[in-house]
Amino acid sequence: MSKRSYYILVGLAAVLALLMLNLPGPTAVRLKAVLGSVFLPLFGLADGAHRLAEKTGDHLQTKSELIAANAALTRQNQALRLEVVEARALASENERLRQLVNWQKQNRWRVRLARVIYRDPANWWRTLQIDLGTREGLSNDLPVLSPEGFLIGRVLTVNPTKAQVVLVGDPNCKVPAVVEGDVRSQGIIAGGRVFDGSFVELSNLPTHAKVKPGDRVVTSELSRLYPRGIQIGVIAEAPWLAESRLVQEVGVKLSANLGSLEEVWVLFQ
Amino acid sequence: MITLSKILILLGALLAVFLQGTLLNMRPLLGAQIDLLPALMVYTALTCGPLMMVALAGAGGLLFDTLSANPPGVSVLPLLLIGALLQPRRDLLLRDQVYAQFVLGLTASAAAPLCAVLLLLTLDQSPLLGWGSLWQWAVVSVAGGGAAPMFFALFGRLNQALGYRPVTESSFRADREIRRGRN
Repeated sequence: MSKRSYYILVGLAAVLALLMLNLPGPTAVRLKAVLGSVFLPLFGLADGAHRLAEKTGDHLQTKSELIAANAALTRQNQALRLEVVEARALASENERLRQLVNWQKQNRWRVRLARVIYRDPANWWRTLQIDLGTREGLSNDLPVLSPEGFLIGRVLTVNPTKAQVVLVGDPNCKVPAVVEGDVRSQGIIAGGRVFDGSFVELSNLPTHAKVKPGDRVVTSELSRLYPRGIQIGVIAEAPWLAESRLVQEVGVKLSANLGSLEEVWVLFQ
Repeated sequence: MITLSKILILLGALLAVFLQGTLLNMRPLLGAQIDLLPALMVYTALTCGPLMMVALAGAGGLLFDTLSANPPGVSVLPLLLIGALLQPRRDLLLRDQVYAQFVLGLTASAAAPLCAVLLLLTLDQSPLLGWGSLWQWAVVSVAGGGAAPMFFALFGRLNQALGYRPVTESSFRADREIRRGRN
């Protein structure tokens, strides 16, 4: 290949890449969905291997272990049933009281379990992909919780079969939060620490806010996307003044372990 | 057979991106996720033609961006830049030496994330950056440096195993055989 043809080829490829960079958002999502289908056989293989490993693990468990696990689960199930009965009674009482004082009716959230397919291979984003999409009724901005019920992020983009979840700590996932201390101080969880994914920073706290390590941080009632009261983490260190000296910032240790998520709950309204 | 080696490189790119997103999660261990594509680009630019180099930059970059929150195309340009810089100089580089492969892999793996982050900042995106990013950059660079000689060894073996062996011309000719003994 002559030098001229070489430069033309490289130039054309660069122009194409630049054009792709300027694609509108929905077209970029559609393009990614189409390209993602290339990985389908590999995901199928990985899923098959995972199931095989699980089955092999099941066969290796002894009968006494299974009986013990069954007994523990039965006890836990009974305790949870009692809690459900209690929670239902409280919910109906709450509804009656709301009607009495003419408060706005709250919509109930439904949950759906999703499996984590893969994580973002880039070091500068904190996202993961789950196996639910628009076919299952997912839409953008739905809250996502860990299996234990802690907030982990929200749905960023959805295609028919998959959805991308942006995790707490990513600059694109800002969460209005409240510190449940002596005074309910409002702040915003805006970004995480690059090196330690289990820490995020709660900023915009008023200077008079008295927060101390161990205080719970939950989603705020001011949030449009997240239901209030979902635990995000706990205060991990003493607060410090921000550069502007008008607000405080504080480190929060996330309650969910973002590094080991295999399944997540998606909240629907 | 040349086509087979090209297909193997593209399959290698697909597999590398898939492993980086699923099974090869190095974050808990190293605090950073390694990137194998720049090292693969070094191998491709030094052993294949310009078309293959452009194909790997396009396919590998787009596949990486598909699994990532990057806008599509962000990873294509750094790979293309690495390939375009190496390709015309491939006859001048000591591509058969392991240390040269390591240095080239290290340089390419250091340059690729830098270019990608600069592009993202130009596109008004806000990637997660901090002092820890320097450690991640170092890990990605060293891992890429280590991966480059491995790609050379792996694809060299594969080409040897799957390619046609060169026909060895024998100097023996039956019509010129000198027969000894009584006749």
